[in-house]
Amino acid sequence: MDLSIFLQQLVNGTSLGSMYALIAIGYTMVYGVLRLINFAHGDIMMVGAFVTYFVYQTSGSFTLAVLAGILASVLVGVLTDKIAYKPLRDAPKISLLITAIGISFFLENLFNVLFGGVPRAFKAPEMLTKVLHWGSIYLPVTVIIIPIVTVTILIAVLWVLYRTKYGMAIRALAFDIPTVKLMGVNADTIIALVFALGSALAAVGGVFYAVSYPSIDPLMGVIVGLKAFAAAVLGGIGSVTGAVLGGFILGFTEIMVVAVFPELGGYKDAFAFFFLILVLLFRPTGIMGEDLERSRF
Amino acid sequence: MLDIKNLQVYYGVIAAVRGIDMHVDPNTIVTLIGSNGAGKTSTLNAIVNAVKKSGQVIFDGKDISKEPTHRIVREGIALVPEGRRVFINLTVEENLRMGAFNNDANYERLRDEMYTLFPRLAGKREQKAGTLSGGEQQMLAIARALMSEPRLLMLDEPSLGLAPKIVGEVFEIITELKKRITILLIEQNAFAALKIADFGYVLENGTISLADKASNLLGNDEVRKKYLGG
Repeated sequence: MDLSIFLQQLVNGTSLGSMYALIAIGYTMVYGVLRLINFAHGDIMMVGAFVTYFVYQTSGSFTLAVLAGILASVLVGVLTDKIAYKPLRDAPKISLLITAIGISFFLENLFNVLFGGVPRAFKAPEMLTKVLHWGSIYLPVTVIIIPIVTVTILIAVLWVLYRTKYGMAIRALAFDIPTVKLMGVNADTIIALVFALGSALAAVGGVFYAVSYPSIDPLMGVIVGLKAFAAAVLGGIGSVTGAVLGGFILGFTEIMVVAVFPELGGYKDAFAFFFLILVLLFRPTGIMGEDLERSRF
Repeated sequence: MLDIKNLQVYYGVIAAVRGIDMHVDPNTIVTLIGSNGAGKTSTLNAIVNAVKKSGQVIFDGKDISKEPTHRIVREGIALVPEGRRVFINLTVEENLRMGAFNNDANYERLRDEMYTLFPRLAGKREQKAGTLSGGEQQMLAIARALMSEPRLLMLDEPSLGLAPKIVGEVFEIITELKKRITILLIEQNAFAALKIADFGYVLENGTISLADKASNLLGNDEVRKKYLGG
């Protein structure tokens, strides 16, 4: 592989990794506070992509469409918590997990019934579909924009977590919910905030996915969601920086393996899960993880 | 200030507190003593509605029995929980900030006051609370509770697991606090608690067996035998 191809794949990997990272943050934050793998998270991303698609079609404004998509995901995420998870706060964790799987099936099938299962072409604004080229390197604008937006969002998330009192409450909640209540904090509000943040990031990830591929369907969240989950575990579930690291590692590996062994292209989805199995076998706590009983924001 | 009427706490079918009545006067220290498992912690947790309970809790004339925990705390009751429960992944200063979650305006003033009241904490502001010693964690837990400027401070076994010298320091601070707020203190170390308290309740198997002035309880033969080592 010559240098130009390597560089091109490097950028592609960063872009794909960004998408995984954005979605993985939601998995890791919800796990951090509730010890729940929110299996509906990938579908919340799908909701964001669909709403963005429809609003863009009707209004013609991409900015408005993305904002609407984010808002829709936030609503669905927060409502899911309120309706499905909140009544189970004191129930065994397995009940919560089964409920999450139920919500996932519900959202997938609801969108299937409402909009059909046929993939829809996602036409992004021209500004995002341009392809730049220097010599033999061809780069779609998106692969440059996506990492920049992701890093900006990541900095914002870390700022919220480490520089605001709400972020402080989220970190405290990850260790000790009853004591957070003793501080006069409504724990449910903080948990809702976690769902809102995670869902907003998932929506952005969903839009990136839709623009890059460029199509959407009601099951688009399944594989991407599972891979982002693998990324979160790889990075150390409960750790935000770990989730981002895991996302990038997964994105790079996937792109590079296909670039180096094109004949394995059909297996690219399998790598994420191969990684997941390796991590679970040899370092169950992930890269940034130290203790499975605690999460580390 | 605080009135408890027929308070009951059940864990499934097991009764932890079987209908107790208590009264706490403003600007006093009231202590609840009793052996392990007598229902002391359950009583405090029931007051802030952190466990399922029945009965009435009246705070400054207002029935707070049905309020959620965070609202009760906002009403002016702070609990320093058993085992201190500082946020070990947060720094000392962040722990204090959490305590003042609903008290933004007074945060900086109170924080500086706490560092004066607990000089041991002042040098460790940026240290994770998990790295503090047991005594320092207890002081941090008390400081954190004071950050909400409660009118009633409830302390659950503040001497548990601490070296005698540190226990003395903690009790000195509690006596000092009496000048400004009301305190409900739970202790296994009955002698130390009764010495600083105005009034005492003795809890046995979830019921109150004795209620009297702390000085009288200190002289009571039964109390001496059971809780003060003769």
